[in-house]
Amino acid sequence: MTGQAKRELAEPLPVRKEACRVHSARSFGPALTVLLLAPLLVLLLLGFVYPIAYLVKLSLLVPQFDTAHYRRLFSDPLYIDVMVRTVKIAVAVMGLSFLLGYPIALVMAGKRRRLSLLAGGCVLIALWSPVLVRSYAFIVLLQRNGLINTLLHQTGLSATGLRMIYTEGAVILAMTHILLPFMILPIFVALRAIPHHYGQAARNLGAGPVAAFLRITLPLSLPGVFAGCVICFILALGFYITPALVGGPGSLMAATLIGQQVTVLLDWPFAAALATVLLLSTLLLVLMFRKVLATSRGFDHVH
Amino acid sequence: MLLADLGSGRRRYQLPVALGCNLAVGLILLFLVVPTLIVAALSFGNASHMEFPLHGLSLRWYEAYFNDPAWMAATVFSLKIAVATTFASTLAGTLAAIGLVRGRLPGLAIIEALVLGPLIIPHIVLGVALYLVFAPIHLTGNFAGFLIAHTVLAVPYVVINVSAALQRFDFALERAALSCGANRAQAFIHVVLPNILPAVVASAGFAFLSSFDEATVAFFLSDVGGKTVTSKMFEDIDFNLTPVIAAISTMLMGVSFLLMGLIHQVRRR
Repeated sequence: MTGQAKRELAEPLPVRKEACRVHSARSFGPALTVLLLAPLLVLLLLGFVYPIAYLVKLSLLVPQFDTAHYRRLFSDPLYIDVMVRTVKIAVAVMGLSFLLGYPIALVMAGKRRRLSLLAGGCVLIALWSPVLVRSYAFIVLLQRNGLINTLLHQTGLSATGLRMIYTEGAVILAMTHILLPFMILPIFVALRAIPHHYGQAARNLGAGPVAAFLRITLPLSLPGVFAGCVICFILALGFYITPALVGGPGSLMAATLIGQQVTVLLDWPFAAALATVLLLSTLLLVLMFRKVLATSRGFDHVH
Repeated sequence: MLLADLGSGRRRYQLPVALGCNLAVGLILLFLVVPTLIVAALSFGNASHMEFPLHGLSLRWYEAYFNDPAWMAATVFSLKIAVATTFASTLAGTLAAIGLVRGRLPGLAIIEALVLGPLIIPHIVLGVALYLVFAPIHLTGNFAGFLIAHTVLAVPYVVINVSAALQRFDFALERAALSCGANRAQAFIHVVLPNILPAVVASAGFAFLSSFDEATVAFFLSDVGGKTVTSKMFEDIDFNLTPVIAAISTMLMGVSFLLMGLIHQVRRR
């Protein structure tokens, strides 16, 4: 019996009474609700809303209302370079994460059970290691006298060693390592939701394995790919720890430029303007893609 | 249909393709785990600098860490902050989740969106904003300042997890308690609370880790008066090339794996 038919059969009066009682027992009045939310609201006002508002205010008062810092930011080629590089690196990290992440998601969602467990374990090991530790790992690997150069030297492949750390490539590699799980997991969720017999049906109808993959599996997994790309891009835009440790002056990104302005040059109002621009771009992207982000429990444990 | 099946056909040319695919997958998996595993391996080395392969095993870098008053002070500071953050964010977040799911108030949706704010905003932005506000009032390098900052960062995890558990909870159970004579407070404490407890415990674990592993905001809030392990690591990495940082990294990974494993167990119940 459908719900509609059930409702029509039931007597109208008791149903409504029941609904009222349920409603009042289930939800609290406004006074109690405010009381429950009060600690959180006080905390967010002190530690989130006020500091952000102060940051924006600081960026606009020079000492009267003025947009000088923003004009400087958008006219000086040095800063435009940094912004362009930030977007470039974020796109590169996103693309590389997709290329490396898709096969792993496929294996995780695949039918070979042992292999999928192994892949899942590797992804979790990476995801659960602190970001600082993973960035440090890349310093150890890529340093001038780090592991890779030592190995190159010992095997006689390169006597002088390669200059890897403090380059844009090092930043892209380390950030890809850190953001890869955020690409893999949404794709894995999308792939797992595809019924196995879809692929078999395609094969029975004469498609080869490659055609079945390209025309069935890949298109059906695209929502996951999209979600993973959006998450990676947004997280990469505001990344601080990794570019600060692995990158150098030639690979300054938006976040590291902000850090430099605050800690080295002490130009707080300009740093505030930079931070405001980064904040607004992030918010804009989140609002644009909020539906994609809501379905795949996006940001977990990063930065 | 999936990659694994690409190699299952009978035709001979598929064998190299399958081998190539497996090799690629193997290499990517190594890329995921090898960097951190190397750090763990190096921490047990015996030489006074990073060397690979290791020529001898020892615990001297762990000893060096435990005998260094500066690292110990940072560790105690980190632990204090993480424990306090766990309690503060679990309490505030659970109460708020109950209010958000069960409450009636105009504008609840706005509060819900606001709670997600600290999760979305780049940590560098929040770190700088907090530094600018806290520095003039001497809340940098200070327990209270860190507690506020880390609780703001941890509280979204609690609200999200506990709200989800409350929404999954079958309201018929609570109604049964009410019709058996329990008042609303009793029904909540004896029926609803035990049901959402796993989510609360898991959230507490997330909150602890999000504080203990956090480095960006901690770096801006640290000064000579007080710094966390992560911010001391961040400062020292560039000039301290002894494996003591590898030893600390390994311990941080151990804490993280242990807690995440426990959270996994609690959630599965």
